[in-house]
Amino acid sequence: MNRPGMAGTLVWLLLAILAAVIATRTHYTTDLSAFLPRSPTATQQLLVEQLREGPAARLIIAAIEGGSPAARAQVSMKMSQALRRQSGFAMVQNGDAAGLEHDRRFLFAHRYVLSDAVTAQRFSAAGLHEAIAASIDSLASPEGPLVKPLFPRDPTGELLNILDVAGSARAPHSAEGIWSSADGSRALLVLQTRAAGSDTDAQQRACNAVRGAFTRALQELPQDQPGVRLLLSGSPVFAVEARDLIKGEALKLSAISALLIAVLLLSVYRSVPALVLGMVPVASGALAGVAAVALGFGAVHGITLGFGVTLIGESVDYSIYLFVQRSADWRRTLWPTLRLGVLTSIAGFAALVPSSFQGLAQLGLYSIAGLTAAALVTRYVLPAWLPETLAIRDLRPAGTQVARLIQHLHRLRPVLWVVLGAAAITLYLHRGALFSHELTALSPVPTSQQDLDERLRAELGAADVRYMVVVTAPNREAVLAAAQALGQRLAPLAEASVIGGFETPTRYLPGLAVQRVRQLALPEPTALAANLARALEGLPMDGKVLEPFLADVETARTAAPLTRADLDGTSFAAAIDALLVKNGSGWSALLPVAALGSGDLDDAAVKRIRGVVAAGPEGATLLDLKGEADRLYGGYLRQAVELALAGFMVILALLLVALRSPGRIARVLAPLGLAVMSVAALLAGSGSSLGILHIVGMLLIVAVGSNYALFFDRLRADPRDGSQTLTLASLLVANLATVLAFGVLACSRVQVLADLGETVAPGALLALLFSAVLSGVPRASADAVAPGGP
Amino acid sequence: MSARALLLGIGMMLAGASATAADTAPVASGPSAFPEVMALFAARTHGRVTFTEVHELAMLKQPLRSSGELTYLAPDRLEKRTTEPKAEALVLDHGMLTAQRGHRTYTVALKDAPQVLPFVESVRATLAGDTAALERYFTVDFTGEVARWQLTLTPRDAAIARTVKLIRMQGEGAAIRSVEILESDGDRSLLSIGPELPQ
Repeated sequence: MNRPGMAGTLVWLLLAILAAVIATRTHYTTDLSAFLPRSPTATQQLLVEQLREGPAARLIIAAIEGGSPAARAQVSMKMSQALRRQSGFAMVQNGDAAGLEHDRRFLFAHRYVLSDAVTAQRFSAAGLHEAIAASIDSLASPEGPLVKPLFPRDPTGELLNILDVAGSARAPHSAEGIWSSADGSRALLVLQTRAAGSDTDAQQRACNAVRGAFTRALQELPQDQPGVRLLLSGSPVFAVEARDLIKGEALKLSAISALLIAVLLLSVYRSVPALVLGMVPVASGALAGVAAVALGFGAVHGITLGFGVTLIGESVDYSIYLFVQRSADWRRTLWPTLRLGVLTSIAGFAALVPSSFQGLAQLGLYSIAGLTAAALVTRYVLPAWLPETLAIRDLRPAGTQVARLIQHLHRLRPVLWVVLGAAAITLYLHRGALFSHELTALSPVPTSQQDLDERLRAELGAADVRYMVVVTAPNREAVLAAAQALGQRLAPLAEASVIGGFETPTRYLPGLAVQRVRQLALPEPTALAANLARALEGLPMDGKVLEPFLADVETARTAAPLTRADLDGTSFAAAIDALLVKNGSGWSALLPVAALGSGDLDDAAVKRIRGVVAAGPEGATLLDLKGEADRLYGGYLRQAVELALAGFMVILALLLVALRSPGRIARVLAPLGLAVMSVAALLAGSGSSLGILHIVGMLLIVAVGSNYALFFDRLRADPRDGSQTLTLASLLVANLATVLAFGVLACSRVQVLADLGETVAPGALLALLFSAVLSGVPRASADAVAPGGP
Repeated sequence: MSARALLLGIGMMLAGASATAADTAPVASGPSAFPEVMALFAARTHGRVTFTEVHELAMLKQPLRSSGELTYLAPDRLEKRTTEPKAEALVLDHGMLTAQRGHRTYTVALKDAPQVLPFVESVRATLAGDTAALERYFTVDFTGEVARWQLTLTPRDAAIARTVKLIRMQGEGAAIRSVEILESDGDRSLLSIGPELPQ
């Protein structure tokens, strides 16, 4: 090894150790943060908070199916008993009496501060007369059996009023005393974790606790119930599964790609040392990429490592060019072309770095650092390591055959016009639905899981909330007052059936001022007794029956105000924690609005709600979760297109500088443009709508494909270059390696990875093919490369 | 949280009566007239009658009286429309029970409402001639003959027995004349059915 080679090796070693230290000390994440914006707007911040911390992010739905109804009921009971004892869950409901017991007691005990019907007028003689008369009527009505036991304590029907106002949300069906699906084939449980949705470790523990409780409950059954299964759904489950999936896929895909490429190289080189040396730039690049992302972002996302598979595909090319086309003056002949190729690739990836979609930004930085490192190692380190005797298979015969093939491919030029026409027509026909517009397109959750979730939610009557009114205030009492005001103006919309109903924290925890007003509306014992006596005149009821009522009112009148702690043990505790949130700037109250029936609110209803919000207290907004998420995605998509175009312009500029001939540039770009169009047409034609990663993939087709086009350009510019056949052979091997790596990615179960793979794999192949067809390698030079070569 | 589920639950909680489960005699006793009466009912497809109902409650000094119309459409739609003293409606359709009072409407699956079920299912199953449905919830005792009969229903299910002790139905051929319901807390109601109304 000569002196510069030694120096290069030394620098490489130092940097590799440094990168390894950074890589081992950094934090690896696998949550959904990669899909969230880096610097969100205020509304996006709300959305992100909801996605990460909101009630929906903490809700697990469990379904038990198979076995007999009685067995399912027993398992459901045992599970909820066990899980209620665990501290990880804020709420466990399966529809059984025990679970509802606390709720009932709470609502009944605090009915005089919770009911909005409590006014001084209602407890006057006339008001009591009217309320009691109505309750007596209801005794004889169909709901009589329900009302009767409550009557002596609640003759004014405050509990019914609270329940009425709470809305007629459809209850889940019951079978064997617990919640079940409509057809009775599944027992249903709803659980809310205490930990935030973004705490994936805690969500994993929660999921495991549910599974464990299920297994134990199953074992405790008197008889073996072989068919009983547990289905889990909800955001925490998705988060955990996505993490496992991303983790597993990133490792698996890298391993498979590396293995396939090793097999490819081994069969090409027929030399183990060459294979090992060829992997040095790849490994160096991967290490540099991880270290760069760790430094730039403070953490490395698992999905970035998945994307990193692409790096294997491209960086392995460099050593292929080096080994196959090795000659004394390779620095003069090969390196300039290779360098231009690397620069165009880097230009492509650099366009991703400013993306507000964190996953893309990380991918960009990872690839830039990785490709730079791989290229520099190939140029300055690897040559010094190559033994004089490194014997790899002579690829000239193969190159000659490729050259002959290209002669034939030449004749296909007219076909390219057909391809162009067909692609243009396909794209034109699909122009309406070319791009996907939903954030779910990025979701790592498989569609089958999303379907199951939708079904279970429908069975529970717990539809996904799309719209919520959000109001913020500096302190809790102020935000409760604001929520109270909003609720009063939303209520008429519910009564007029414009909306199906709404939730509000004040339903379970009214502000102190409101509670005080209601308590003051309750008369003192002697006054109440007198009012009641006059109220009962003309009613078929003896005052004696209502003595419990007098006692209850007095208890309520003198009770301490209701606080958050009083809700402990009820399912309302989980609701209030979800609807009343303390955050950095103060407090937020959420009022989720439900549509009438299933489906989303219609435009007219949304407009009415906007009216309520506009007239409402300061700091109130209507948040459209799905709309906001789709807008976020739309922003990503627009940005991806802009960045891809910017990347393309940079590549164009690079080519202008390097080639200085419009004709040559056109010949380089034409096959790339055609490849991109063909892939877009293939994807559209096969029914996919184009997402962000497809667009990024197209940029990569140009970035990677420009390497091929540039080599063909060199052949054309310098036809007497003796290494021509070897160039062709190395192009083919490099292309195969790229197609393999991206092809593996295309098989990923993580949608975004698959999107990238299914774009670049065929794109790279077509870029090479089209470059070859359009290359215009002069016939004479093809003839000149006789076997054995010069 | 469903309002209905809570209300049902509170009813159960406060009732708290530890009713004993009905005895578990497996099948209905009674002479061969019972299948005959049920067959007559099964052959009817619809009916519309007036009713008057008297409710005697321990906590009220005088009984509550109401009246209205009953409509039946085979096999599982039953409407009870009260006109006096207040308009309200109870509609059972395909096992879903909808109660309407004033501007309030509740819908609940009948099988989810053990307090209301005996009041409704006893009449519906008899009108449908559905012996199996009757025997699913009640021990059935038939006396008399086709022209003049009496059905005594005792709840089998503990949840139902918590509200209803006994239902006594009297009828003539394929017509119910009266339904008397003895509740577990001693309250009692008598539904008297008038002559058939024109369709």
